[in-house]
Amino acid sequence: MEIDRPPPSQPSARSEPGLGEGGPPGEDVAYWEGLEHTEEFRRLVAARMRFVLPATVFFLVYYFLLPLANGLAPGFMRTAVIGHINIAYLFALSQFVMAWLLAWFYIRKANNVFDRLAAMVRDRAARGRSSQP
Amino acid sequence: MNLTLALFLIVVGITLVITGWAARRTRTTVQFWAAGRGITGWQNGLAIAGDYMSAASFLGIALIAFNGYDGFMYSVGWLVAYLTVLFLIAEPMRNTGKYTLADVLSYRMSPIPVRSAAAFSTVAVSASYMMAQMIGAGSLIKILIPTLDSTLKPWFNWTVFGTKLDPSITVVGLLMMVYVIAGGMVATTWVQIVKAVLLMGGAVLLSFLVLLHFGFNLGGFFDAIAGVKDKATGLNFTDPGILYKYGQKQVFGIDLALLDNASLGMALILGTAGLPHILMRFFTVPNGKAARQSVVWAMGLIGSFYIMTTFLGFGAATLVGKTKICATVTAGCKPNSNLAAPRLAEYLGTQFFGGTGGEFLLAFIAAVAFATILAVVAGLTLAASGAFSHDFYVNVIRTHILHGHVSDREQVTVARITAGLVGLLSIWLAARVGATANAAALVAGVAFVIASAANLPAILFTLFWKRFNTWGAVASLVGGTLVTIWLVAIGPGWTVPVNEHPAFPLQNVGIVSIPIGFALAIIGTYLGELARADRLAEQKFHEIDVRALTGLGAEPVPAAG
Repeated sequence: MEIDRPPPSQPSARSEPGLGEGGPPGEDVAYWEGLEHTEEFRRLVAARMRFVLPATVFFLVYYFLLPLANGLAPGFMRTAVIGHINIAYLFALSQFVMAWLLAWFYIRKANNVFDRLAAMVRDRAARGRSSQP
Repeated sequence: MNLTLALFLIVVGITLVITGWAARRTRTTVQFWAAGRGITGWQNGLAIAGDYMSAASFLGIALIAFNGYDGFMYSVGWLVAYLTVLFLIAEPMRNTGKYTLADVLSYRMSPIPVRSAAAFSTVAVSASYMMAQMIGAGSLIKILIPTLDSTLKPWFNWTVFGTKLDPSITVVGLLMMVYVIAGGMVATTWVQIVKAVLLMGGAVLLSFLVLLHFGFNLGGFFDAIAGVKDKATGLNFTDPGILYKYGQKQVFGIDLALLDNASLGMALILGTAGLPHILMRFFTVPNGKAARQSVVWAMGLIGSFYIMTTFLGFGAATLVGKTKICATVTAGCKPNSNLAAPRLAEYLGTQFFGGTGGEFLLAFIAAVAFATILAVVAGLTLAASGAFSHDFYVNVIRTHILHGHVSDREQVTVARITAGLVGLLSIWLAARVGATANAAALVAGVAFVIASAANLPAILFTLFWKRFNTWGAVASLVGGTLVTIWLVAIGPGWTVPVNEHPAFPLQNVGIVSIPIGFALAIIGTYLGELARADRLAEQKFHEIDVRALTGLGAEPVPAAG
């Protein structure tokens, strides 16, 4: 397998002589592609997608609902709920809560799951190197 | 001595001490551009907040003070924006980048065109952002400490290329040059941290006093807000619809005000993730995890601040009133929205601590505003000079065109020289534009739109789209920038007085130019494929894909010393 060899010494920027060139491009590509196809990396990508994709869609929709509601139903949004505090203000305030909650969920997920999976990919890469005679 | 002037000098003194300390730790390139990657998560979070809550945050307060609820839309967008940064940008940036945005792009793309294009869009974003800050700084100093401006006048009474220099702007510009040239990213970071602490402190203090005034009775506070009526629409200040006049004009069968508001929102929540001076901050921390933590710290601070804009903005609207928010409180004063927070401070200080208290609180908030601007312009100067020296001079001209090796010493020297040039250029430009612009806010808005139409597609597709190539990157970076500038130029906001029948109906152009930026990236990519121009970009995707998510081979933290 391609990753069972020393990794490119320096992950190089694309053909930038003078700033640290890696191995021949062909070998580099095979190395990274090999790593990309490992079970560990696939699990990391899948775990991130499962969280990031729905969360991004959710916050975009939730955010744009605010200007849409203000523009399409200003009368409804002006409805007072508690004293003079109206729906428009409470909805805007809820955006702060939404953003903080999503950030908190993400951090929890990243610390507990993504970091562990990423470490497994890095281990795999290191093992590839040490198995070399 | 004048109290405001004294506080100004204290702020300047503190920042210069920081710079002196930082200068001794700024010898190598990685120290100059990335503070030696030794900034911790929470420090970087504070610095991001300090870099981000610019003069525009005072503007957010001003918009609430003058237009009520609709001004709050800015505050909301500015926080939600960080979800984009947290989910998609912060960690991959740290894992794959070195000093600038272009470093990330050029891993996959052909370096000469992509670095040049990224340098172009970076300078466009930073220049428009900087213009707004410098003009704001100039007017703030003129109003709050007229003595400083008049004392300095004989010193800066020069005309350069037909433009008369502005003493206040020149002083701000010279200070920011000192920070950046002497102390690089280390000094800039700590100036931003100090500013963030001052700004948060000021906001908490004023919010507390506003609430104290209303006896901590939120109901009573909102009753007072509802008592403030907008003359033109008859709406009260808790209602949406004062700034965005819904139901008046239509374009393509859609409400114009609604489009304008949604368009603004789109630029705010997508643009932040493409601002070069914010992206640059993620290269100063040791690893991806610290980059993630710093966004969360920043979100805590930024969110708290923007919630407090309700107390500050509505407080100014109810306690001071639109008609009294002006330069000199005399009969026939001309309302100046930049002064909402300072006038509120003056009112509250006088109410709770007497005349001297009012004077002191006004001086304190003015000094905070000044520190705010200094911190932001320093970050912008660093980003713009990074584009010039690191991307264009070192990596395009010296490395790829002349095929030379650039020593660390030369890189730092060039970085310092370009920072100086950027500083001088912005002093001149701000003096030139400042005379004609009532449009400082608009100029800052343009920066967000360019960032989201040009930079964001290039970054996202580089990280996550396998087929993306050099043609697509250049198309979005250059095309997105030019389309945005063109739409703004033919829109209603640019000309003074406002153009009644503009060729393009929206003041906020994001809703059109951002999709165009993304479309250009996609079209450019397919054209590049047809031309078989750039096979390497697809092959290099495997590398950036793995590295962005795992941190394998990320730029290391250099040994101290």
